[in-house]
Amino acid sequence: MSSPSIPIYKSLFDLPREEYFAPGHGLCAGCLVGPIVRILLKVAGPNTIVVTPTGCLEVSTTLYPYTSWRVPWIHVAFENAAAVASGIEAAIKSLQKKGVIDPSRRINVIAIGGDGGTVDIGFQALSGMLERGHRVMYVLYDNEAYMNTGIQRSGATPIMAWTTTTPIGKVVKGKLQTKKPIAEIVAAHRVPYVATANPAYYIDMANKFRKGLLVDGPSFIHVIQPCTTGWRFDPRYGIKISRLATETAMWINWELENNEVFRVTVPVPKRKHVKHYLRAQGRFAHLTDEDINVIQKYVDKEVERINKLVGKEVIGPVVE
Amino acid sequence: MDMWERIPLTSNYAAAYAAKDADVDVVAAYPITPQTPVVEKVAEFIANGELNAEMIHVESEHSALSACIGASATGARTFTATSSQGLELMHEMLYIASGMRLPIVMAIAARALSAPINIWCDYSDMFATRDSSWITMIASTAQEVYDSIIQAYKVAENPEVLLPAMVVYDGFIMSHTYEPVNVAKDRAPILEYIPKNYSRPRLDPENPITFGAIADPNWYYEFKYQQVVAMRNAYEVLRKADEEFDKRFGRSYGFVETYRIDDAETAIVTYGGLYGTVREVVDILREKGAKVGGIKIRVFRPFPHKELVDSVKNVKHLIVLDRAISFGGALEGPMAMEILTTLRLRSIDVDLYNYIVGIGQRSVTELDIINIYYHASKLIEKGVRLTESIYWGVRE
Repeated sequence: MSSPSIPIYKSLFDLPREEYFAPGHGLCAGCLVGPIVRILLKVAGPNTIVVTPTGCLEVSTTLYPYTSWRVPWIHVAFENAAAVASGIEAAIKSLQKKGVIDPSRRINVIAIGGDGGTVDIGFQALSGMLERGHRVMYVLYDNEAYMNTGIQRSGATPIMAWTTTTPIGKVVKGKLQTKKPIAEIVAAHRVPYVATANPAYYIDMANKFRKGLLVDGPSFIHVIQPCTTGWRFDPRYGIKISRLATETAMWINWELENNEVFRVTVPVPKRKHVKHYLRAQGRFAHLTDEDINVIQKYVDKEVERINKLVGKEVIGPVVE
Repeated sequence: MDMWERIPLTSNYAAAYAAKDADVDVVAAYPITPQTPVVEKVAEFIANGELNAEMIHVESEHSALSACIGASATGARTFTATSSQGLELMHEMLYIASGMRLPIVMAIAARALSAPINIWCDYSDMFATRDSSWITMIASTAQEVYDSIIQAYKVAENPEVLLPAMVVYDGFIMSHTYEPVNVAKDRAPILEYIPKNYSRPRLDPENPITFGAIADPNWYYEFKYQQVVAMRNAYEVLRKADEEFDKRFGRSYGFVETYRIDDAETAIVTYGGLYGTVREVVDILREKGAKVGGIKIRVFRPFPHKELVDSVKNVKHLIVLDRAISFGGALEGPMAMEILTTLRLRSIDVDLYNYIVGIGQRSVTELDIINIYYHASKLIEKGVRLTESIYWGVRE
C-alpha cells in the first residue's frame, strides 16, 4: 500500500485544484469540518458517492433547495450512515456485474459522520459494515460532543470537559468518563486501514484519505475537529488548537495498515504540556492545576503505550 | 400456461421466488421468526447462481432497510423481508424510504408485537405502518404472495408513484404451510411485465444529486403533499398493473375480493389467510339458508374506497373480523375503523359489527366464525348497533 507507485502528496500544490465542496454553506465561522471535507473531496474526486448521517455537516450543507455537494450525496438518518453506505456499495457491485454501471469504474463510497453518529448511536451499523468488509471509507469528524443539538456529551467527549449535559456543578464538574477509543475499536475489527488525522497537518490527513480510498475493504479515518461553538474559542484559533492537540499528544496522528504496520505519522520529539491545549478552550476553563495534572498523567501513560507499540520514542517528553 | 411450474411452496418461499423472478439486484435482510425462511431461500438462490444479486447480511433490521435505502437510491431493484419486532425496528426507516420515493419491495410475515413476546400471527405489525406511505397489499394465498410481489415492483417503480411497497401474509399460518403455487419456469415473461428501468433519479457520479436534504417549514409540507399525490396515483397504477397481470398471466386479484355477495344481507369482512376460512363459513351458512357473503380487503394502502363501497352496496350488515387492536381507538379494530370511515364519508349506513379475533394467533376456526355470525345476528335482530369492538373468546 505504501508502494512508491502510489503518488503521495508532499505539499498543498499537489492537491487537485477542483472543488467539490461548494462555498455558501451554513457551517459556523471557523468550523473545521469545512476544510476537512474540502480536502477529502479534492482527494476523492468526482467519482464519489457520499453518505452523511444527521449532524452539523448535514444540516448546514443541504438546506433545500440548496446543496454544497458537487458529488452525489445522501442523508438518511442519524444512526445508519454505515448501513446506507453498505447498500450503496452493494448496489454498485450488483449493477456493475449486470453492466448497468461500467465495471471498470472505481466509485468511491464515503461516509462522513460526527462523533455522535459514529461512536454512539451509529456504532452498531458501523461495526456491521466493518465486519462485512464493504469497500467504504468512513470518515469520523470528531468534535467531541453532540454539537448539532447544542453541545451535549457524547462517548467521544474527553474527561472533565464541560458540555450542557455534563455541566460544571457544585458536586460534579464536567464529564466523568474518558473518551471512547473508537479508532482502536475499529482496528479491532481487523480492517485494512485505520488512521487518525488532524486538519492542522492537512498533508498527512490528505494522504490518509488517499490511502483509505485505495484499500480493498473498509477504511476508517478518525479526524479531530475543533468546534468553535462547543469548545468555546475564538473562531480564528481552530487550526492553532488543532495543532496544539498533536503538540501536547492529546491527539496522536497514527495509522495502522493491514492490521500489521503501525506508525505514528506525525512524530512529536518535544512535547508541550497539556495545559497549553486545555487553557485555550472554554470547555476546560473550570479545570484546576490539579485537574490538568490528572489529564497530563493520562496523556503520559498513553504516550508511553504508543511509544512501546512503535518500538521507539516517537513522542518525546514534555519540555514546555 | 406453459410458462408456469406448479410446485408446493410456503408463502415465505413464494416471496423468495418472487424476488428471484423479479431479478432483484440487492437484498438486505435480517432473519426473524417467522420470516426467516425468506432470507434463507434468497441466500440459497444466490448461492446456486439462480439469482444474480448482492446480499447484505446486515446486523439488524434497522440496517436492513437502511441498506435497502442506500441500494435503491443507487438505482438497484431492492428487496427485503421482515416480521413483527423487525418491522418495528425498521419503523423509522419506513418513512425515510417513502419520503425519498424509493421503490423498495418488502415481504412481511405478519406477527404479533411484544410484550409479552409472541412469535405467532396477528396483524399488529402491519397496522403500525399504516401512515408510513408504503403501498400495502395483504395476500391470502401463497400464489397471491408471489403474484403481489411481482405486481408491487410494477406499481412501486412507476414514475408516477415511486413509493415503496409491502406485501403482507399471515405469519406461520401462511408463512410455514405449503400450498401449490405456479411459479415462472423462466423469468423472462415476468421481466417483460416489470422491465428494469435504471433511469429514475439516483446516486450517480455522472449526474450528482443530493438525496435527503433538510427541508425547513417552507418546504417540508410540499414534499409530503407530493407523497399524497403519489399514493393517489398508485390507485390507478395498481388497478392497471393487476389488469395487465391478468392479461399476461391469467390471474388477478383486484382491490377487494368478494364471495357470494350479490344477494347477501350480511357480509363477513376480513383480510389475509383468514379469508379462506370465511369462504368456507359462507358456504356452510348458505346451506343453512343464511344470506351471507364474504369480503376480503386485499389492498390496504391506498385504501380501496370505491371497490369497498361497490362490494357492500346491497349489504345491510357488516361483520368485520379484525386481527389487530388499536388500543384506545375510536373503534379498536383498525380495519373496521377504516371501513366505517369509508362508508360514513359516503353516507352509507351499514350496521358494522367489529370482532377482534386471532390475536397472537389464537385459533379462529370455522365454528368460531359461525358463532360470531349467530352472535351478530342476534344483535341485528334486537336492533342493537355496536359502539365498540367485541373481543371474541377472550378470558376476561
